[in-house]
Amino acid sequence: MNVLIRTLGFSLALMLIFTAVTYVLPQMKGEAPEDTAVDVAALTMDSFISLGEDLFLGKGACALCHNILDRAPDLLALNVVDTSLVRIGDPLYQGEAVNAADYLRESMLDPNIFVVSGYGKKGSNDTESPMPVADRPPSQLSNVEIDAIIAFLQAKDGNPVTVSLPEQTPAALVAADEITEPAKPMLAKNAEEVIAKYACAACHTVLESESESAIGPSLIDVGKRLTIDQIRDSVIAPNAVIVEGYPPVMPDISETMVVKELELIVRFLAEQTGDQP
Amino acid sequence: MLLLMMVAITGLSGSGFSSVASAAGQTVAPQISSVDSDVPTDESISSLLPAPKPERSDYPKIGVSSRSLVWVIAQMHLFFGALVLAVPIFVLVIELIGFTTKDDRYDDMAHEFMKISLTAYAITALFGGALTLSLFMLYPDLMNYLTTRVFGPQMLVYAALFFLESLLLYVYYYGWYALRYGNRKWIHLSLGLLLNAVGTTLLVIANSWTTFMMAPSGIDAAGAVVGNIWDVMRGPLWNPLNLHRFIANVAFGGAVVGAYAAFKFLCAKTAAEKAHYDWMGYTSNFIAILAFLPLPFAGYWLMAEIYAYSQQMGILAMGGILAWLFVIQAVLICTILFAGNYYLWSGMARTEGGQRYRWLIKYIAAVLVLGFLVWVAPHNIIFTADEIARLGGSNHPVLGPLGIMPAKNIAVFLMLIFTFLSFQIYRRADKVITVSWEGWANALMVAIYIVASVNVIFAGVYYGYFTNTVYKVGSSVMQVGSTLVVIVSGVVIDTFLFKGAKTLPVSWGKISGRSQYALFALPVAFTWLMALMGYVRSSLRTHWHVYAVMKDNSADNFIPTLQHVGNMVTFVTVLFLIFLLFIFWVANLSGVKQVPALGSGSRTAAQGAA
Repeated sequence: MNVLIRTLGFSLALMLIFTAVTYVLPQMKGEAPEDTAVDVAALTMDSFISLGEDLFLGKGACALCHNILDRAPDLLALNVVDTSLVRIGDPLYQGEAVNAADYLRESMLDPNIFVVSGYGKKGSNDTESPMPVADRPPSQLSNVEIDAIIAFLQAKDGNPVTVSLPEQTPAALVAADEITEPAKPMLAKNAEEVIAKYACAACHTVLESESESAIGPSLIDVGKRLTIDQIRDSVIAPNAVIVEGYPPVMPDISETMVVKELELIVRFLAEQTGDQP
Repeated sequence: MLLLMMVAITGLSGSGFSSVASAAGQTVAPQISSVDSDVPTDESISSLLPAPKPERSDYPKIGVSSRSLVWVIAQMHLFFGALVLAVPIFVLVIELIGFTTKDDRYDDMAHEFMKISLTAYAITALFGGALTLSLFMLYPDLMNYLTTRVFGPQMLVYAALFFLESLLLYVYYYGWYALRYGNRKWIHLSLGLLLNAVGTTLLVIANSWTTFMMAPSGIDAAGAVVGNIWDVMRGPLWNPLNLHRFIANVAFGGAVVGAYAAFKFLCAKTAAEKAHYDWMGYTSNFIAILAFLPLPFAGYWLMAEIYAYSQQMGILAMGGILAWLFVIQAVLICTILFAGNYYLWSGMARTEGGQRYRWLIKYIAAVLVLGFLVWVAPHNIIFTADEIARLGGSNHPVLGPLGIMPAKNIAVFLMLIFTFLSFQIYRRADKVITVSWEGWANALMVAIYIVASVNVIFAGVYYGYFTNTVYKVGSSVMQVGSTLVVIVSGVVIDTFLFKGAKTLPVSWGKISGRSQYALFALPVAFTWLMALMGYVRSSLRTHWHVYAVMKDNSADNFIPTLQHVGNMVTFVTVLFLIFLLFIFWVANLSGVKQVPALGSGSRTAAQGAA
């Protein structure tokens, strides 16, 4: 019994020392990022910039690497606008940006387009960036949120903010991960119901009687321009190929649209050749 | 029960709407054979189902934290699982040594180790059952996704292997004395090999569940399964974790049975008992430290793969909110190294030859203490504005550089090299070397120690402080190489040196009682460390059940404070210790025979036959 008490006492004392170490170290709690709906109507440029800063430090986890520890370019120390223009002028730059805002957006959506020397993935010879794509998990930022971060990066050094405040388009109103399934999913019975259900006409001209929208391309003659497979791909992955002159703002509806509805709308659009009386 | 639950859940999830799973860049086109077909097949819809997205209200509430409950049960299952899988590995080796040397002491010791493993097996199964039940109850959506959609029949294979493991374990243990000598021993050894093969398969299957949740593979970005079970299993972290857990389990198992031997040594009444359990404790410590030495290398591989998979995840561990836990890790690993070294130094008292090397101990101790101090030095701590002003920055001008990884790498690798030195002088303590080239061999060994130590320091300083982040990680390869060169060349040189060497008498049992507490410090620190690092690995997923695929929206989806982690880890370690003492007691009880009281009327079998 004596041995039992002594060995148990020794073991417990050791464990208490280990526990005590956890008490003397800084206490931090890592909260999960909250998906907060952006009230576009109430946004001012100042609050938009402030939102960008919060996202840079919080949900976007940008500051995890872009800091003084040199894991990635320290964006808080650099004049990001000036630096962006230098990068665009770099002979190795292969993107399409012509200004700082476009360069920053491009860097977030396709970090491999230009990797700053010394910051590429190990063994990739600076051709592959370790940075995750901003609009995909784990950060999963929406277009509005990406613009807010750009606004913050422009404003922090006193540069003019060139991104506009978001408009109330369907794409602007929702974060990338906030597309929720309807509480009671009602299956559309025909193509017209699919168009109504997913508010396609909010951005696209679907019928000739409608006036042409500037947000998305007209679908009146889409059957002539695209094959049925291309139409299907455009619905499933709307941002994979963007028609020139239109912004990449179509929401991802692939997780809410059921297969039957997809086939209804695809077949309907394939028949839209613009030749109808 | 698992099967029944899985069947039930499959039935429940069989209906409902299908979604077209996609994500930019990784689109999964619906598998419809023809556009003329209005209704796609059930199979094609099923393969496209994305991972569920449970809301907060979808998680059952039980009045206590679901995560804490699962945490405790899972950790207990892992502790006992590790013990049960590890012990037969070194038992088989000890049994083989006993068979080849024809020394029954090895065979008896191996059997005694198995006695502990057998008792622990039932407890492992109990906690495994409790874990399954609690996971299905508290995280139904996640378990539904993992069991019915991602892993499916693989879980049935796991269950079948579990039955096979049970069968082999019982036959291996209870058949020990029936299959002890001659050709029968080969049958027994084969059974042991089979037992270990099945046990290791169980380990790697269970690891695939863990690594899938950390770095999913075989699915698209929405969580729809697009590959086969092999694609799902062989994620980027699977093999690093397999290796790390395999080695860690052996070290942990060795440490636990070492505590058993120490306990028995301290309780021993006779010199023979003391000698037996001293030898058993020495063997256990040998196993634990031998397995522990390569563990950091496996850890580096795992962490390097984590970085390669997601820099965000890697930085979260090493430079983010979880980084402070590595200060505690330093305390724990240094406890293990101090205890292991102290036990070896104490063990040198068993033979007169040990005196020749005692002068080295103070230098080894100095390296260990300095290494410990560097390892625990934080990079920066929370200062007041006044303190920052007085310090001239948020880092101390002299001690600040010691807080970053390169300094810690230097400390760790030097500590490992000098721990090997302790091990080497211990092995040499009872030998009188007779070969003529002893002087040259010793000079070579000293040169290897010096060159390796200099290389570890140079690689750490040059790559760590004078190049950028990418090369800092690369420097550890040189350091690992240097350490391995010391270990391998030390073993090889000594093997040749010991040929024809005179062996001095070793007095087993002639060791201080104090040294036995080092054998208790080892499993306590190992257990605490296992629980802590398991928590760190699991927390790297942050607020995701399946990283970047299925969000954790439960009330526990945050990273808790260090105090909370410390309390949880201590609680589960104490619980493990209590169960372990119960196992030791049961193992001991099986050897106790009640002697009939005089005149009680009881007769022995011999008397009855007469």
